[in-house]
Amino acid sequence: MVCPLMGIVLVGNLEESARKASRWFLEKPPIRNLRDWAISFSLWPVHFTTSCCGAEFAAASCPRFDAERFGFLPFLSPRQTNLLLIEGTLTRKMAEAAKIVYQQMPEPKFVILMGVCALDGGIFHNSYNIVRPHELFPVDVFIPGCPPRPEAVARSIIMLQRKVRNSKYIWGDGHEPKGED
Amino acid sequence: MNLREKIEEKLKDIATSIEYPRPDLIVIAVNRDRIMEAAQRIVELGFDHLASVEGVDLPKENAIEVIYHAESYEEELRNTIVELKTRVARDDPKLQSLINVWPNALYLERETWDMLGVVFEGHPELKRLLLPPWWDDIPPLRKDYKVKVEGIIVGTK
Amino acid sequence: MEQSSLTFRYKELERAWDGEKVYEVFIGPQHPASGHMRFIVRLDGDIIVNVEPDIGYVHRTMEKLAETKEYIKSIPLFERATIIDSNNITLGYVRALEKLLGIEVPPRARYLRTLLSEINRIASHLYGLGLAGIFINHSTMFMWGFGDREIWLQLAEELTGARLTHTYSIPGGVRSDLPQDFKDRALKAIRYMERRLKDYMKIFFNNPVTVARYKDIGILKKEDAKRLGIVGPNLRASGVRYDARLVEDYGAYREIDFEVPVREEGDALSRLLLRIDEIKISMDIIRQVLEKIPDGPILAEKYLRLIPPKLRKTMEETGRVKFPGLFASLRPPPGEATARVEMGHGEVFYHIISDGSPKPYRVRIVTPSFRNLLLLRYLPVGHRFMDFPAIYGSVDYFPPEADR
Repeated sequence: MVCPLMGIVLVGNLEESARKASRWFLEKPPIRNLRDWAISFSLWPVHFTTSCCGAEFAAASCPRFDAERFGFLPFLSPRQTNLLLIEGTLTRKMAEAAKIVYQQMPEPKFVILMGVCALDGGIFHNSYNIVRPHELFPVDVFIPGCPPRPEAVARSIIMLQRKVRNSKYIWGDGHEPKGED
Repeated sequence: MNLREKIEEKLKDIATSIEYPRPDLIVIAVNRDRIMEAAQRIVELGFDHLASVEGVDLPKENAIEVIYHAESYEEELRNTIVELKTRVARDDPKLQSLINVWPNALYLERETWDMLGVVFEGHPELKRLLLPPWWDDIPPLRKDYKVKVEGIIVGTK
Repeated sequence: MEQSSLTFRYKELERAWDGEKVYEVFIGPQHPASGHMRFIVRLDGDIIVNVEPDIGYVHRTMEKLAETKEYIKSIPLFERATIIDSNNITLGYVRALEKLLGIEVPPRARYLRTLLSEINRIASHLYGLGLAGIFINHSTMFMWGFGDREIWLQLAEELTGARLTHTYSIPGGVRSDLPQDFKDRALKAIRYMERRLKDYMKIFFNNPVTVARYKDIGILKKEDAKRLGIVGPNLRASGVRYDARLVEDYGAYREIDFEVPVREEGDALSRLLLRIDEIKISMDIIRQVLEKIPDGPILAEKYLRLIPPKLRKTMEETGRVKFPGLFASLRPPPGEATARVEMGHGEVFYHIISDGSPKPYRVRIVTPSFRNLLLLRYLPVGHRFMDFPAIYGSVDYFPPEADR
């Protein structure tokens, strides 16, 4: 199949070609900018509480700090979300679940590590039952603190939004963040 | 008759020692094979549920001490905690399960098995509780399970 | 001795789910509730036959780590078990340590501990009530509970400097004195909360939907509650008048006039209403503490003497305790001590064994959620699957606390 208007040549399987065309279309600047703008205001984290930082995460999305004004709405099913927040310590048992949840999320997906335990163990650094989440997931934003204040969560959302709007991410199978904030 | 006298009367023939280290604590040590009997007598006194089951690893004496803390919600008994303890061999830690005497030993004993490897005979579900199910190392609360130790000790006299 | 009825019931269950028509539903660990635990629910049609809680997703090995740290360093460690109720959970550890060390706490410090404990308790109950709301999809209660919790966190922050992890109680006293104007702001918060509790009743507790979902669900009988060793509001909602504040001599509870609320029904709604009663009592305690609080030092004389005079002077001026160097290597004499403290979720139990070294030989902590775990197993049996979230919500189970 030849599609001269678009400027690219698509040959072979129709479905495959259509997917390629749509991908190409979405990567073109005006559309891409619009897409990134839309994604940045619809960062929906999956409701996956791994540890005690969840209390501050909950406070961040509740009335006083109200993260929903950034388009940040905790949602229940991983299939409809694009942001995984690791809230505090990730134990070995939970890491298995976290991997499955991450795999279930559709592209583009982002990971925020919240709390110093998620960064490098924190107060539990010599515990025998924890993993370092940055070894499992490509991480976009790290939030230090034990626990980080809800303001810090809000700031991490803004940082991630900026990153998305500056197109510093790749949409696709090899989701690798470029650089770190 | 106060509580201490009652306990001494009831348990003197099976307890190896009865101590009162603190005003709110009664420590009863028994032999491994009399634990069921001792527990039943403590329940008859009114201490009808457990606050804790714990194991203490004593590698020097080649033993694991299993400690039961029983308490009561009755007004006259609630100020006291009864501590029932016994020792099992470290290489073959087996003890009768007290789940029929104190029903809430269900998870407490299971945790002790998980953390110290004490096998409670007659417990219906001895499987991993807190540790991941694929855990195959030695039980972590034993003293020979080492974790990295940090710490600065400020010298004082 | 005859087998207790509860054990018998357990065996009966095992027989019941041998059959073929039973099927299993796996809930979690990623689920819409407060997360970090899994349930294996076995259903016969829509009726729950058996629930198997699978915990350990937040097991951070605190008991082992406490053995590797000096005594004082375990206070921030245990705080992370129940981050929403952190003064209460560390107070048990501090109390046991004080018993080992043989320290008397000055009266002002005892009152300050009580003050923060009650602030924590209110915040913890509001957290629980908010979650109980969202469990039956009542978003208003969730938002209100969490929003009003911020007021108490703000008060705690003014008192201690941290929203959640206060590390306020230390052996021998507390870390900082009452800030200026604290009383006015606390009283204002109480007035606000009293008004809000009326709103809660209107929109949530007297709401026909809530009553339909929570009333007569998951009834816990008085005898069962006693035998299973259930603690906290779940116990008191079944008609047992027991509270560790009445039992253990800690804080200023012996000098304060308060009543422990009890309800007789034992169902999910009464467990929630009991938390409202407790919030009222806690606010009354805070009022009394602010009126009765005596002047004086906030750290035991034994440790005050060790602080160099210059530092002691700044301490008196700022009202903040700088840790004396000795705290890093407290050496309690060999022995053991137990302590029980009433948290928002129930009674926490500590047992410390010391061998005379600067690190504990063994610290045992049994948290209320771990003891209440049995409820999640016994209560839902026989109910419809729809009632399961309602029962879970009413128990106020906090997984990081149970797993430690």
